[in-house]
Amino acid sequence: MSLLAFCEWLAATNGSIALHESLYMYPIVESIHVLALCLFVGLATIFDLRLLGLILRRVPVTQVMGRTLPWTTGGFAVMVVTGLLLFYAIPVRTYQSVWFRAKVIFLILAGINVFVFHSRVEKSIAEWDTQIITPAGARRAGLFSLVLWGGIIVAGRFIAYNWFDCDIQPQPAIVNWFAGCVVPPPQ
Amino acid sequence: MLLPFFQWCESLWIGQFVVGSNWLFPVIESMHLLFLALLGGTVLIVDLRMVRLLLKDRMVSELAAEARPFMIAALAGMIATGLPLFLSESVKCYYSAAFWLKMETLVIALVFTFTIRTRVTRDESVRNTARRQVLVGALSMALWFTVAASGRWIGFS
Repeated sequence: MSLLAFCEWLAATNGSIALHESLYMYPIVESIHVLALCLFVGLATIFDLRLLGLILRRVPVTQVMGRTLPWTTGGFAVMVVTGLLLFYAIPVRTYQSVWFRAKVIFLILAGINVFVFHSRVEKSIAEWDTQIITPAGARRAGLFSLVLWGGIIVAGRFIAYNWFDCDIQPQPAIVNWFAGCVVPPPQ
Repeated sequence: MLLPFFQWCESLWIGQFVVGSNWLFPVIESMHLLFLALLGGTVLIVDLRMVRLLLKDRMVSELAAEARPFMIAALAGMIATGLPLFLSESVKCYYSAAFWLKMETLVIALVFTFTIRTRVTRDESVRNTARRQVLVGALSMALWFTVAASGRWIGFS
């Protein structure tokens, strides 16, 4: 089964239709998704700014990381659950949204960034824990994180707009390709 | 009574400029969201500390002083992006209950933040400091939560 067929099947399930058509449930889920931003991206931003030596400069990096981590993890869990629900409510259109696809790419890059930070940069953390100016690798990780999460927020918000929707044609070929639109060949 | 004022707001060139563009509203709206994340982080790091849920071994005054410039920058960004959004659909806002709730709590939250909260986060030597901090931190989070939640709700009406 292709991903598109899976999304079409998902869209036909009772739960998806109910969530999509509900007067309050969908906006409530969406609001929780947006508000959890403050907890997750907000506190992650504090940590990124610490890596860049811009905030909480006298607090050791491990302390900022260790203390905010339970909150960012919790916030991230809320984002994932509500995000999946939002996708579940509108699967086909979301799957074929250029913004959703860009968001997924940014999310993967942000994940790689976290992985690189934990597997490489963090190894020497004892040496620069209390320093204001952290090593280049750590600063790079902080900057990447800020830029990527900014991109994720913007792309996520833009999913709501239909400029590049598959049912609005003609679109440039690259848009249709990136969105995976099934367009009948021109006569 | 205020309707003519809101109609006048919407008639201004800046709102009309936003309305006339396909892209401007969403772009400004996204920036509004980016500043929301920053505001959320800078407010929460201090408020969560005040309710003793985070970084308990650091002074509230230290965290607050470090977070303050970023919080003010985030607030300035929120207002700078929020105004053109409002000007582009003032009349819709006038009829939106969520908008009025947001503006009322926003005023309360701003006054609270720059008077009581500022004083409590600066001065840690008075009696009942811990209890006072818990109260102020919880109230601050509740106020900003209401502002953000009702703000998101404007878009649903």
